[in-house]
Amino acid sequence: MIQVKGLNKWFGDHHVLRDIDLDVARGEVVVVVGPSGSGKSTLCRCLNRLEPAGSGDILVDGVPAPVEGRELARLRADVGMVFQSFNLFQHKTVLENIVLAPMKVRGDSRAEAEASARDLLARVGIAEQAGKLPARLSGGQQQRAAIARALAMRPKVMLFDEPTSALDPEMVGEVLDVMVRLAADGMTMVVVTHEMGFARRAADRVVFMDAGQIVETGEPGAFFEAPQTDRARDFLAKVLTH
Amino acid sequence: MSALLDHLPEFWQGLVVTLQLTVASFAGAAVVGLVITAMRVSPVGVLRGIGTAYVETFQNLPLLVLLVLAVFGLPEIGLKADLLVTAMIVIALYEAAYIAEALRSGVNAVSAGQGEAARALGLTFGQSLRHVVLPQALRTVIQPVGNIFIALTMNTSLAAAVGVVDLTAAANRVNLMEAQPIPIFVGAGLAYALIAACAGFVTGRLERRLVVVR
Repeated sequence: MIQVKGLNKWFGDHHVLRDIDLDVARGEVVVVVGPSGSGKSTLCRCLNRLEPAGSGDILVDGVPAPVEGRELARLRADVGMVFQSFNLFQHKTVLENIVLAPMKVRGDSRAEAEASARDLLARVGIAEQAGKLPARLSGGQQQRAAIARALAMRPKVMLFDEPTSALDPEMVGEVLDVMVRLAADGMTMVVVTHEMGFARRAADRVVFMDAGQIVETGEPGAFFEAPQTDRARDFLAKVLTH
Repeated sequence: MSALLDHLPEFWQGLVVTLQLTVASFAGAAVVGLVITAMRVSPVGVLRGIGTAYVETFQNLPLLVLLVLAVFGLPEIGLKADLLVTAMIVIALYEAAYIAEALRSGVNAVSAGQGEAARALGLTFGQSLRHVVLPQALRTVIQPVGNIFIALTMNTSLAAAVGVVDLTAAANRVNLMEAQPIPIFVGAGLAYALIAACAGFVTGRLERRLVVVR
């Protein structure tokens, strides 16, 4: 579904992604973990070209991802994204947030878009919040609305860029539950997260990044029980002690 | 006082012209300013360059110079238009630079994530600007744009210098007959103050009504 070949990225002199190769199969859930500054968020943002790549190829569904313009917009319509800071449109109600892109990009009628938006809101458990402005919702509700907004485009793949990092601890679970159900429904997902529990529970494959490189990749059981590299062992020792 | 009351029709005529200049110039400035803002935040370098050049040009030249050049210079190269229309266009183009700067500050005040989320959903740059970024930007710049409206109202009096008979020119004419500058210009000044006060009232109401909860 997504193929990354030889991806490199620099911020000025800082080499943030080094020769990244990654294949994500249809229906696969890939969880990317690693220390802060390891480049995992940047990798996630490169996949739909919110962050321009320095060099290398990105293919989505076998087609090279266009670099700019309307073709790129069309690609992004098929690639859902969920952000750390939710990024719901502040001036629109939850329902308006969800129907905007289906109507403007897909050309759906308002009736169709609203019907499917209400279905999605029910699916993520916030049907009664449809008419509210985002600022009136809790963080967990906002993030679930953001997930519904991305799903409304019927994406082929979903990218999650640290979706629970900005949430109060008691709201992390409700967002992860939605993601686990989405994974169980067969959605192709790339999830950048610090939630090791989610990685264990929902990942088909864990990718460990450090210093801009993919250091290790494996099934969650193997990765968490018997990491192959020192860097992964170090990282897991730090995050799993608590 | 009688100098004022005896010439109410002239003052009224002048006020109507001032209001026409103000409303038409502001409408034009708003449209052009919006386009320039879109150019200045666009991902296309050439458009950004043109937008910047426009703002720099019109912010760095006095309005009076532009009016004189347009009214007396353009007919020299064969471009003739109605005097009032010429003044409206010049004032609109000039004030558009200021509106564009106010709008750009509003766009910058909208968090980058809003535009990113819009583009991540497949909206084009233009769609994300129109449906997501600008509506939020406009709400934050109601007050500065109101100030520009007031400054524009005052600036329309420069059109008197190139022959438009607006409120200022009307007052000047009456004064030439009556030679009572204080009541005449205080009266004209009050009329300008009234327009400005209305603008202030409207922006205050709009600001309270459209405030974005973040």
